[in-house]
Amino acid sequence: MSQATSCALKVLDLVPFGQDPNTSFFALRLERPAWERWKPGQFVMLRPRSFGLDLPWGRPFGICHMTPHHMICFFQVVGRGTARMAQLKSGDVVRAWGPLGNGFAMEPDTPTLLLAGGMGIVPFVGYAHTHPKPWNLSMLFGHRARLNCYPADSINERIPLDSLHETGDGDLDNFIFTLRERMREYAEQSGLVLACGPTPFLRTVQNFAAEFGVRTQLSLENRMACGVGACLGCVVNTTDAWPVEEKRRWPVQACNHGPVFWAQHVTLE
Amino acid sequence: MNLSVTLPGVRPLTLNNPVLTASGTFGYGMEFASYGDLTSLGGIVVKGLSLKPRSGNPTPRIAETPAGMLNAVGLQNDGVESFLKDKLPRLPWRDVPIIANLYAAAPEEFAELAGILGSEDGVAALEVNISCPNVKEGGVLFGQKPSSAARVTEAVRIAARNKPVIVKLSPNVTDIAAVARAVEDAGADAVSCINTLSGMGVDVRTRRPLLANIIGGLSGPAIKPVALRCVWQVARAVHIPVIGLGGISCAEDVLEFILVGAHAVQVGTANFFRPDFAFELVKELPEACARLGVAGLDELRGTLKV
Repeated sequence: MSQATSCALKVLDLVPFGQDPNTSFFALRLERPAWERWKPGQFVMLRPRSFGLDLPWGRPFGICHMTPHHMICFFQVVGRGTARMAQLKSGDVVRAWGPLGNGFAMEPDTPTLLLAGGMGIVPFVGYAHTHPKPWNLSMLFGHRARLNCYPADSINERIPLDSLHETGDGDLDNFIFTLRERMREYAEQSGLVLACGPTPFLRTVQNFAAEFGVRTQLSLENRMACGVGACLGCVVNTTDAWPVEEKRRWPVQACNHGPVFWAQHVTLE
Repeated sequence: MNLSVTLPGVRPLTLNNPVLTASGTFGYGMEFASYGDLTSLGGIVVKGLSLKPRSGNPTPRIAETPAGMLNAVGLQNDGVESFLKDKLPRLPWRDVPIIANLYAAAPEEFAELAGILGSEDGVAALEVNISCPNVKEGGVLFGQKPSSAARVTEAVRIAARNKPVIVKLSPNVTDIAAVARAVEDAGADAVSCINTLSGMGVDVRTRRPLLANIIGGLSGPAIKPVALRCVWQVARAVHIPVIGLGGISCAEDVLEFILVGAHAVQVGTANFFRPDFAFELVKELPEACARLGVAGLDELRGTLKV
């Protein structure tokens, strides 16, 4: 049974990150919830009291990092919910339920490649900081906003991070080329690949995972209302490789069967 | 404060309190077990069950709307067999009534389902879904005409043995009281109203509907006035108890439904607003009654001053 709980958390602060002419990024520091444990790759549903009834749903956020006293979430303003969240002030109250979902595989002795696209960097902060042998990790990060908009420094303290800023024609092809080369290297050393980012990015990673046969996990970000497996809004279709026979080629909730899936187990729309 | 309530009738159903969770908003119950004590609820109405597993509709299936949401999940479920084997045994059914919600495409199938569920000790009652707007056949089609609603009710009533049969009504009709009277005559022990209102949403930038199914069901606080009106009309039209639902998001909302004549209520969409919603609501009810100076719900039920 899930150990998730629901609690009211106070906002400690909201820190804007970087400057980008088109969009804004924030680190949201909350009181630490009284969770017994959590895993990088898990997420939390946040619903600020200020959402009222016009924004009825909470919003899912990958847990960026937990310190002994804080939970840090990180978000980009992309819609009505995150725009409202950008107005949060110290002392505001946020309903939080979690930790939700399964989290990434962590194999201390396996060479592990972290692949992030844009906001997909978020769960890897906690991953890099809690991994017992960070020298077995390396990361490739593709992004469209400026690098200082993302919590990349925090990862770079612990592990090597290559970043590619997509600003014009050719950058994306270059990124995909590099991605492919790195995945091939990790396939050759029987490594592990973990990816988080937008769906087109995940699809590319999924294709290379199949091409090279490298063990790969994808963290999905689907639209969801509840986060606990009830609304059936966040479903993803499984493949014939899904471990439970009667659920093959069947929609399963990304919230409580994922959000992290082995690449060969799901079909990305 | 004693909040227990009995849905009166030939096959009465007694609940610890009037707060049930609505079908499709509370999974099979265990999804919410870490957020509160399931046995503190008045009852749990599980996600709609069909004879065979159903994969539901394509995504996007849900969309947020002001004070509500649209859904067109399409009754995805693992089927009745999986429910009885894997889910029901894990639920604390001895301590809290588990109500099975049934969906089928034909009266004979409804009867078959009712026969299976009617012989299960862990199932306290059956709720018949003749009002789902999100499936092509069956569903709301049965709920739109008094005669077809009665046919399904009768089939379930015969097959369900001694279990109370609750029929869930659609608001997408001209005269909901007429449908309620028809299912009462056909042997329903209670009615629950309302299911979702048929609706749709549009994204102007993409020029696409918000749901892959185009049309879906609107739920949440936005529909509470419609739900209250329906419960009011139905409670005056039938002698069987009415379970009110539609947009309940606080304890006072519960009392509004009781005032217009409901015996009990279901909470639905608000379970998505926070997973401990139903548990908190049960805790808040006594105080909400006390604020009105009443010692229990019986003092309020059906006492709307008009």
